[in-house]
Amino acid sequence: MEILVASAIGVITMTGIYLVLRLRAFPMVLGMSLLTYAVNLFIFASGRLSIDMPPILSPDGAAYVDPLPQALVLTSIVISFGMTAVMVMMALGAFLETGHDRIDMTGPQEDEQ
Amino acid sequence: MSHWIIAPVVLPAVLGPLIVLLMRNDLTLQRVFSLAGTLALLAISVALLAAASSAGPEVYLLGNWPAPFGIVLVLDRLSALLVLLTAMLAVAVLLYVIGTGWDARGRHFHALFQFQLMGICGAFLTGDAFNLFVFFEVLLIASYGLMIHAGGGARLRAGVQYIAYNLAGSTLFLFALATVYSVTGTLNMADLSVKIAALPEGDAALIRVAGVLFLIVFAVKGALVPMQFWLPNTYALAPGPVAALFAVMTKVGAYAILRFFTLMFGPDVPATGTFYAEILYPAALLTLVVGMVGILGAKGLARLVAFAAIGSMGTLFLGMAPFSPQTTAAVLYYLVHSTLATAALFLIADMVLERRGTDTLAAPRPPIPQNGLIAALFFAGAIAIAGLPPLSGFVGKLLILDALRNTGPYVLAWSAILITSLIAVAGLARAGSLLFWKAYESPPEPVPHDIPPPARALPFVAVGLLLAGLVAMTVLAGPIMGWMEETAAQVHDPRPWIDAHALPQEEE
Repeated sequence: MEILVASAIGVITMTGIYLVLRLRAFPMVLGMSLLTYAVNLFIFASGRLSIDMPPILSPDGAAYVDPLPQALVLTSIVISFGMTAVMVMMALGAFLETGHDRIDMTGPQEDEQ
Repeated sequence: MSHWIIAPVVLPAVLGPLIVLLMRNDLTLQRVFSLAGTLALLAISVALLAAASSAGPEVYLLGNWPAPFGIVLVLDRLSALLVLLTAMLAVAVLLYVIGTGWDARGRHFHALFQFQLMGICGAFLTGDAFNLFVFFEVLLIASYGLMIHAGGGARLRAGVQYIAYNLAGSTLFLFALATVYSVTGTLNMADLSVKIAALPEGDAALIRVAGVLFLIVFAVKGALVPMQFWLPNTYALAPGPVAALFAVMTKVGAYAILRFFTLMFGPDVPATGTFYAEILYPAALLTLVVGMVGILGAKGLARLVAFAAIGSMGTLFLGMAPFSPQTTAAVLYYLVHSTLATAALFLIADMVLERRGTDTLAAPRPPIPQNGLIAALFFAGAIAIAGLPPLSGFVGKLLILDALRNTGPYVLAWSAILITSLIAVAGLARAGSLLFWKAYESPPEPVPHDIPPPARALPFVAVGLLLAGLVAMTVLAGPIMGWMEETAAQVHDPRPWIDAHALPQEEE
């Protein structure tokens, strides 16, 4: 299972970085979303991988899984969701204002302000 | 336990929603409440500074959960100093915004401004690594809104770039936090400090990876080469007063590096040693050179100031690299100075842009209204940022040079600082003479490009306040340096900081 999770995180990160480097608004939004999925899985795995165990201490002292990464993942999902929404809005605004969706800023339009 | 520690976070956090919900349509009311709130923040931070300098680090337990389990805020001299710096800068920027009417050019300026203050103050005060991430996101999301305030195509595109860069940085931050958690099982900074110091040999590789990831994340915030690419476009295209407020945001990165690498990854920790200092040193040298050469090559005044900000971050990190109490004291002095000087220059650049219609340095344009006064302000700001006597930039650079002399080989660092200062002086002199001097040689335009706005006093008061801060720092350099030395000693001795948390002893 370790290999499965590790390679999944690796592949998602790789795809995300590739998409971000495309330097167009839409692939970049997708790439950033993939990167945040990868990091969420990574945080989840930081509490050690285990199956069929509750994330709370039980009175009989049975085995449990670390609940903190799950709380951290919740926070990180909420934040990355909000950030993605902001980025989509800004990219849309930039596209509507300038008529193209390139991310890099070379060329004559750099000097206008 | 004093509840005032959380006030710098709660006050803007309450004020922001109030402004956006209740005062949405009344700009005057927004201005009054925003200014009153920021002045209150200033008063609170002065009180916190007084409290922090008379006593040791104080811990505030949120929800009264004991230390490693709940989130904590920690007030010590360093965090109190930076919160005060933020509040001072915020007051000046807010006066400028109200004076020039920047807040009327778009919506929700004051609400975003308050959220920005909340994020910055929170980042300085928190004692929990994950909570630091959350406050980073708060200050970033507010800064996205502020950066594209008043809109415009170029500004929006620079904003998309800025978001993309910082989102990637946040992702790295989360990777670093998860790595640290998987090794140590805690995210409380004091607890981390204890756990990392006691780490077995086998886990050293992972924690080193986390340390480097943290360094990269904070380097993005602090615009350390090669992570500085977001800064020139963002600062040059953001509204002038927003760029002035952002002057303290690069310092959040510097603060985080100082805090993390003295508290958790200190030089006597066997797992990490001093490898990050070896990374920081060449990166800081490059940052210094890139920034100062950028001053000489910049095509616009705002871009010139942005490169000056990068250059001053280079000086700052170069002083920080040895991680010794003496250099840290000098660095803290320089940090306060460079924040005020950069902010003042951004405001002056905005004044020029407003009157001249463009801030390009390609060709002279006819003289602007109040040419003499603005030229004098620019002259003072340029002297401060370049580090010429008599202003505090000179004192700050001298202190850093002197401190570097006592901490090992210094020839390279000295020559870098001195030569790049000369380059900066040349670049600033060129810009100043072209903007204010050669203006009289260029033929007057047949029709003025714009009706000149009536001269208002408030923007000049705002810039004057920042410059007065620089003068005060110069005049009071002795007492301030004494205070900074005690602060640096406290930063480099994390024991009281950790003890204040009253962590439970390990039972094993």
